[in-house]
Amino acid sequence: MAVTTMIGAKIHRREDPRLITGRGRYVDDMKLNGMLHVGFVRSPYGHARIRSIDVTDAAKAPGVVAVYTARDFEGLLQGEMPVTISFVPDKKQPIGWAFIAKDEARYHGEIVAVVLAREKSQAADATALVSVDFEPLPAVVDLDKAVESKSPTAHTGIPDNVAWDMTVGAGDVDAAFADADVVVKQRILQQRLFPIAMEGRAVLVEYVPFDNRLTMWTSSQVPHWVRLCLTLAMGIPESNIRIVAPDVGGGFGSKIHIYPEEYLAAAASKLSGRPIKWTEGRSENLQATHHGRAQIFDIEIAAKKDGTLLGYKVRQYVDTGAYVSVFSSFQCSAYAIAEGAYDLKNVKFQTVGILTNTTPTDAYRGAGRPEATHAIERGIDLVAREIGMDPVEIRRKNFSKFPHSNYLGFAYDTGDYDKALTKALATVGYDAFRQQQKELRAKGRYLGIGLSTWIEVCGFGPSAVTAANEPLALVESSSVRLHPTGSATVYVGTSPHGQGHATTFAQIAADTLGLPYDAIDVRTSDTGDTPFGYGTYGSRSLHVGGSAVLMSCRKVVDKARKLAAHMLEASEEDVAFDQGRFYVKGSPDKAKTMGEVAFAAHRDNLPEGMEHGLEAVTYYDPPDLSWPFGTHICVVEVDPETGAVDLQRYVAIDDCGNVINPMIVEGQVQGGVAQGIAQALFEEVIHDAETGQLRTGTLLDYSIPGTGEIPVIECDRTITPSTTNPLGAKGIGEAGTIAASPAVINAICDALSPLGIKHVDMPASPDRLWKQIQEARAHANGSKEAHQ
Amino acid sequence: MIPAAFEYARASSVEEASKLLKTFGEDAKVLAGGHSLIPLMRLRLAQPKALVDINGIKDLDYIKEDGSKLRFGALTRHVTIENSAVVKQKLPILAEVASEIGDNQVRNMGTIGGVAAHADAAGDYPTIALMLDAEIVTNQRTIAAKDFFKDLFTTPLAADEIVTELVFPVANGPHKYIKFRRRLFDWAIVGAAAQKMNGGWRIGLTNVGTTPVRATAVEEALHKGAKPEEAAQHASDGLNPSGDLRASPEYKKHLARVLTKRAIEQAG
Repeated sequence: MAVTTMIGAKIHRREDPRLITGRGRYVDDMKLNGMLHVGFVRSPYGHARIRSIDVTDAAKAPGVVAVYTARDFEGLLQGEMPVTISFVPDKKQPIGWAFIAKDEARYHGEIVAVVLAREKSQAADATALVSVDFEPLPAVVDLDKAVESKSPTAHTGIPDNVAWDMTVGAGDVDAAFADADVVVKQRILQQRLFPIAMEGRAVLVEYVPFDNRLTMWTSSQVPHWVRLCLTLAMGIPESNIRIVAPDVGGGFGSKIHIYPEEYLAAAASKLSGRPIKWTEGRSENLQATHHGRAQIFDIEIAAKKDGTLLGYKVRQYVDTGAYVSVFSSFQCSAYAIAEGAYDLKNVKFQTVGILTNTTPTDAYRGAGRPEATHAIERGIDLVAREIGMDPVEIRRKNFSKFPHSNYLGFAYDTGDYDKALTKALATVGYDAFRQQQKELRAKGRYLGIGLSTWIEVCGFGPSAVTAANEPLALVESSSVRLHPTGSATVYVGTSPHGQGHATTFAQIAADTLGLPYDAIDVRTSDTGDTPFGYGTYGSRSLHVGGSAVLMSCRKVVDKARKLAAHMLEASEEDVAFDQGRFYVKGSPDKAKTMGEVAFAAHRDNLPEGMEHGLEAVTYYDPPDLSWPFGTHICVVEVDPETGAVDLQRYVAIDDCGNVINPMIVEGQVQGGVAQGIAQALFEEVIHDAETGQLRTGTLLDYSIPGTGEIPVIECDRTITPSTTNPLGAKGIGEAGTIAASPAVINAICDALSPLGIKHVDMPASPDRLWKQIQEARAHANGSKEAHQ
Repeated sequence: MIPAAFEYARASSVEEASKLLKTFGEDAKVLAGGHSLIPLMRLRLAQPKALVDINGIKDLDYIKEDGSKLRFGALTRHVTIENSAVVKQKLPILAEVASEIGDNQVRNMGTIGGVAAHADAAGDYPTIALMLDAEIVTNQRTIAAKDFFKDLFTTPLAADEIVTELVFPVANGPHKYIKFRRRLFDWAIVGAAAQKMNGGWRIGLTNVGTTPVRATAVEEALHKGAKPEEAAQHASDGLNPSGDLRASPEYKKHLARVLTKRAIEQAG
């Protein structure tokens, strides 16, 4: 058996020296001759009729080359943005995102006109000169009101605001609730968030009419998907479109699909005959890049007095925003892991998508799984509180045992939930904390501890599982090519936006091919030279794309073994391969290296019938999904006078199966936890309830935490290899975000339990907590008085 | 975002700057550290026709001891105040306040004169200036802090008038400034300052109205022998703060009381 050297090694990312010394190459760093800058005129209203648009002044402004409105794009762009199935096959009103508003603007930030100018500043000035006669209409913002029969509609002329309404379930839920000793009910808000990446979106596009060829550089997670969508909308053959995602400064789901700006820039290049560039500003980013979460969960859990969970009912309201964005209903993946780490077979899950006059929502790190986890992890704590059971004990009592299939029949690959929990409890010192908590409570201090025994589903996706849900099978591809002197180029279909694919995939290829790590070049993100792939999201790139790399490398080794046998004048079965050397079993001294074999593959004297070259292509379709898990524990102290939360400790014990690069895994957990804490305590997008205007329009008003607000995250792991891919790996990109918010909120609820507070909504900002503490104290005083 | 077009001139003396301001007229703005002005321009909330950059004026960046006073040149950066041995010894509350403004980038560029002239009710220096009866010196006159911070972003400065210096009394007795905020680099949701001086207490509040506030009712209660907790109950007397996305008016008033109590108790 080969001794691996690179897989599992905690090596630095090969991308970083370039990026941290300012040598990164982002779309905004690029220029083309004759390039024009585009400025987008956007609706300042949540909902308004467009009476007329006067472009006279803008067209005369310095540097302006053209001003376009919706009718200029008719015939150039077909239809609207696609709406994928994504967990909801039958949508009632799948109203796809419009490229540009024509008669009606339906969210604050929707594009109504397009200005092309020679300088970026000229484009910015001229957008202010486009005069749009808006007639404000009633805006739909609040979800509860939006589903009332008398509600105004987010689009003029549609029957109601329901985009989808679907219920899944199994077991006998009614019987479970009838048998229950206790039933807890809770409304849980998932506030709307900005999925803010350091780099906003950016596009540079050139259409060359003579050969009907379009090249686009775009800050995207999914270059092949962008190409597919442009083909469908513009009628240019896919072979004539090249999409490149150069260095991409983060996405978190916000760059998971093509956007109106990309379509309009491409069409504007065709209209004007000039290359077009657009770099999103931050204010624009907050209005026009899709938002995340924006959901309401109404949950009910039935349980026995001994803590056994019997049944679970969930209603998920998803605020879709003004249009059903491409992967919007991916947020309904919440139903796929509704019951979390617990063995619950009587589950009913209703999801309702609701159109409002706000920016469309779509995937944000975790996309449905953080929401599901928050709901069940809060829910189980509410049950524990109700029956007076320790939150650790109730989890242990209900943990799923393996082999396990969930309520929908998904068979989980592997898991040992108690192992991660036990390790996390030991790390945090759970029993000692409970003692300390008791002592400090007596002194009027409010400390709390919160658990999140999270699970996730990822590795999308096996065609067998996703075929019913997606138009295409979500496989991933690789092409591995050895060069004559023993280096290799690895082309992959998946496309990174900060995950370190070039490092991780090179580690896999180096070990498998037996070549030095530095002799492996990983190429991604250019549809001109990489095989088709779906991109990076949903914690899938290693499970699916990494496995594709492994499989291609294995195919290359298989061919190389045949050639080596020929060179060693031995039969193939007698040739061993170890640490990059082929030799006849028993004679390791007389070996041919992979480099020598690669050279031979480009010379004469090949075995009968063998083609030249050492190269292989794989489209990897995993047999099933993977189900990572872990336990996060948070310790907080709440200042009852101010409502301020002090995050004292955060322990993250995660299990993502086999680890290729521990440093990258830890980085993913740290960043993910930070974003989960951000949701729990800091961030919230607010629209004006009447007008739909964005009130948190700058990062002054929207509180992204910085390093000063995030505690040291104590990371460690257990290792339970997956059986659904040859690497034994599971995704880790979203785990931190999925796990963190309930750990923090459960800790706060634990801290405030002496005041009778059972639930706290997010963000648990000091003003909100203070108000809740005041109300709880008033209520307690009221009860006391009533008893006297 | 890109600011709207503007004229730009760099002055090498206060006289030249004043002349330039006169030439450009009402819509000109002075550029010092720029950490409030430039974000407003980038959002196009401010669209000055011209900027007069005073960063090239050499003799406005200083901290001078002058008997029982400390004189700060208007271009003195927060980082200089934060690290100044003289300030730490003679007016330590100001060094502490400076150390908590924004982040490193802000502290490296932002100036004490700029904060005063901008007159944001969420600014920290104005609270200390008001509380300690500091003076704001311009190229035309000297204005007491209590007459300077007139309203939100409003001062008595004339169009061609430039803040050149802030003059604080020495105060090195027990003191504390508590800046309550969600993130280290945020503006105060509410701030409370306490300074023991000449045998009495001075109490100042940040971001509880359109200007900084001196909590004289608290000072008087303490003078009459009230305990910090009792005296601090008066911190919200007469306050009428506006609510915003981070805090309701009630919460701000509550914070004024709690933070005042803590500032007095923790003053050291």
